[in-house]
Amino acid sequence: MKVRIFVSLKPGVLDPQGRAIHHALEGLGFTGVNDVRAGRLIELDVADDTSDAALDDMCRKLLANMVIENYRIEKLETA
Amino acid sequence: MSGFRGAVVTFPGSNCDRDMAVALEEVSGEPAIRVWHGDADLPDGLDFIALPGGFSYGDYLRSGAMAARSPIMQAVIAAAGRGVPVLGVCNGFQVLTESGLLPGALMRNAGQNFVCRTVALTVENNQSLFTAGYDAGAEIRIPVAHHDGNYFADEATLDRIEGEGRVAFRYAEAVNGSQRNIAGVLNEAGNVLGMMPHPERAIEPAHGSSDGRALFASAIRSLVSA
Repeated sequence: MKVRIFVSLKPGVLDPQGRAIHHALEGLGFTGVNDVRAGRLIELDVADDTSDAALDDMCRKLLANMVIENYRIEKLETA
Repeated sequence: MSGFRGAVVTFPGSNCDRDMAVALEEVSGEPAIRVWHGDADLPDGLDFIALPGGFSYGDYLRSGAMAARSPIMQAVIAAAGRGVPVLGVCNGFQVLTESGLLPGALMRNAGQNFVCRTVALTVENNQSLFTAGYDAGAEIRIPVAHHDGNYFADEATLDRIEGEGRVAFRYAEAVNGSQRNIAGVLNEAGNVLGMMPHPERAIEPAHGSSDGRALFASAIRSLVSA
């Protein structure tokens, strides 16, 4: 089973990287960009019987830092 | 100082481990014990454990994240729980927050740039075993060299650690965007200190500052007199 984990900074946590990307977009002449937040996408290939609880545990123990980040789990259809 | 047993943990990508070992040896007069990240156990009877600066595991995932889950860190967490003093500098601080021994997180510097210079710090708490050699409110000069030193914790946590006197050092100037200019944090019991500035790079006049020496001297003195 393919699983995508989206890790993003919690709302309210300043994102220096996102801000720099925002400035760079404006520097390239793109207007109307209100805000940029940068995150991380982690793709896992796991055994089909991997439980939701196990995936949650992986996120909490390693893939996301719960002090500053949130995560979202997306399971992809098996091809 | 005979009998002092201080250890320095080396992770793949640590690069300040030798400097840390030299600082411990210079100040204690005893050889530093070197410990490898893959070891499951620490040597017996340690008086002091140092987690050095560098780029453990290439900063993969997040700075300090992989090192915090390495076998040796389970032993370090257990030792910290028994009251053994643990000092984490720079990447070592990141490992301490990632492992949960210290609150908060270290994010990318607010200015996005790697900061490498000597900065002024204020000693906020001189009652800890690491900081007893400084005068309260003293301004000291210690080098920093980091990309991810921007200390973050939520407001409630910040208020709590401030109230408990757990902010050991504060930047006396803007350095990296840290909340409340926090440069170094103690755990609740006061035996774990994490800090971004490098005291091991300021132990003799040839370094340009010897203000870091008192930190090691305080810790070693407190252990020997204990």
